[in-house]
Amino acid sequence: MLDKTGIAKRIAKEVKDGYYVNLGIGIPTLVANYVRNDIEVEFQSENGVLGMGPFPFEGEEDADLINAGKQTITTLPGASFFDSAMSFSMIRGKHVDLTILGAMEVAENGDIANWKIPGKMVKGMGGAMDLVASAENIIVAMMHTNKKGESKLLKQCVLPLTGVGCVKKIVTNMAVLEVTDKGFKLLERAPGVSIEDIKKATEGTLIIEGDIPEMVL
Amino acid sequence: MINKKVANVQDALKGVSDNMTLMLGGFGLSGIPENAISELINIGAKGLTCISNNAGVDDFGLGLLLQKKQIKKMVSSYVGENDEFERQMLSGELDVELIPQGTLAERCRAAQAGFPAVYTPAGYGTEVAEGKETRDFDGKMYVLEHAFKADFAFIKAWKGDTAGNLIFKGTSRNFNPNMCGAAKITVAEVEELVPLGTLDPNQIHIPGIFVQRVFQGAHYEKRIEQRTVRPKS
Repeated sequence: MLDKTGIAKRIAKEVKDGYYVNLGIGIPTLVANYVRNDIEVEFQSENGVLGMGPFPFEGEEDADLINAGKQTITTLPGASFFDSAMSFSMIRGKHVDLTILGAMEVAENGDIANWKIPGKMVKGMGGAMDLVASAENIIVAMMHTNKKGESKLLKQCVLPLTGVGCVKKIVTNMAVLEVTDKGFKLLERAPGVSIEDIKKATEGTLIIEGDIPEMVL
Repeated sequence: MINKKVANVQDALKGVSDNMTLMLGGFGLSGIPENAISELINIGAKGLTCISNNAGVDDFGLGLLLQKKQIKKMVSSYVGENDEFERQMLSGELDVELIPQGTLAERCRAAQAGFPAVYTPAGYGTEVAEGKETRDFDGKMYVLEHAFKADFAFIKAWKGDTAGNLIFKGTSRNFNPNMCGAAKITVAEVEELVPLGTLDPNQIHIPGIFVQRVFQGAHYEKRIEQRTVRPKS
């Protein structure tokens, strides 16, 4: 079973040379720490920066330099700033190669719910609906089950949707899965996790074909 | 050159009254029109509809207007980190329209650019699209989103000149350029107002034609919402 760092490490392997990548808040943000340093990747933050660098050193924070999580950041040589309309032109226009975001639920047809729980204070969707509606390559980073132990990989989402039929791949603490026409196809198991464990934790249709390798981190 | 300079924030906000619709630039607390917000409190205009990506925090930004109960409705994409906002929303005192961030930007830009509406894929199949026109283009579904109509747009820029030309800094740019010219009157406040000819025309982000009034803000706090650092070593 992986922890959040483990999920981030596995997803980092999906980031390829030459990619422009948008990272969501939470586990996705950690992915930047584990991308191979022999490839060239640029991170986009939808509030208006491409070429985001690490957090600033103490004393060097700048109120005019933040990411979409409102955290202070730095930029790398070659970075650029732009307005919100242009930022979402990059996203809606499919210029961003990979979007990594968290989710509360994913359905076997690729529907995703990650912005609202009825009865609880709704904070808003931010850029999530724009991201999931347009990105060709979306990876969801999440725990396989919720705090009550219930599956987050469902036949149908119960929570209000963020987008329909958009998720392509999911990396959880237990497995790597691909969304196919027939359901969740199991690609890899987390270290120490059996196929039986994954079956038990997956409510949606699970497709198991041949040997399922263990993840290499 | 046409002079857009006004003497102070009081002159800049002339004509603001109750029940108006206002656009306010900024993302989080970055690039918010701090001086215009302070003056809105002084004026005491009530029943305002505010189009702004966020709603500030309890004691800064639009949170200050919420505390004075001057806002009737917020149109935003994300409204967390604000207890007073939550209280007013749950009690029904405050009307809230949540829309996707890219749609918010594009509804501003459409108003600026003279488009009555735009089709976006964002929100299709979700509650955001309920009651809205949808259409199939090349096998993909889109939602029709209308341009905003606003009385005033309050913009924060880094530098400006008396012709109303603006330059933004870092990620405090965000929604500010998209709101310029998207309301009946655009008011830009800048950290530094410079004489004509000082700014390089090649470096202008927003030409003065989109701005009706420009002034230098008297004071900027520029508060950081999430101070995140790494150790020096």
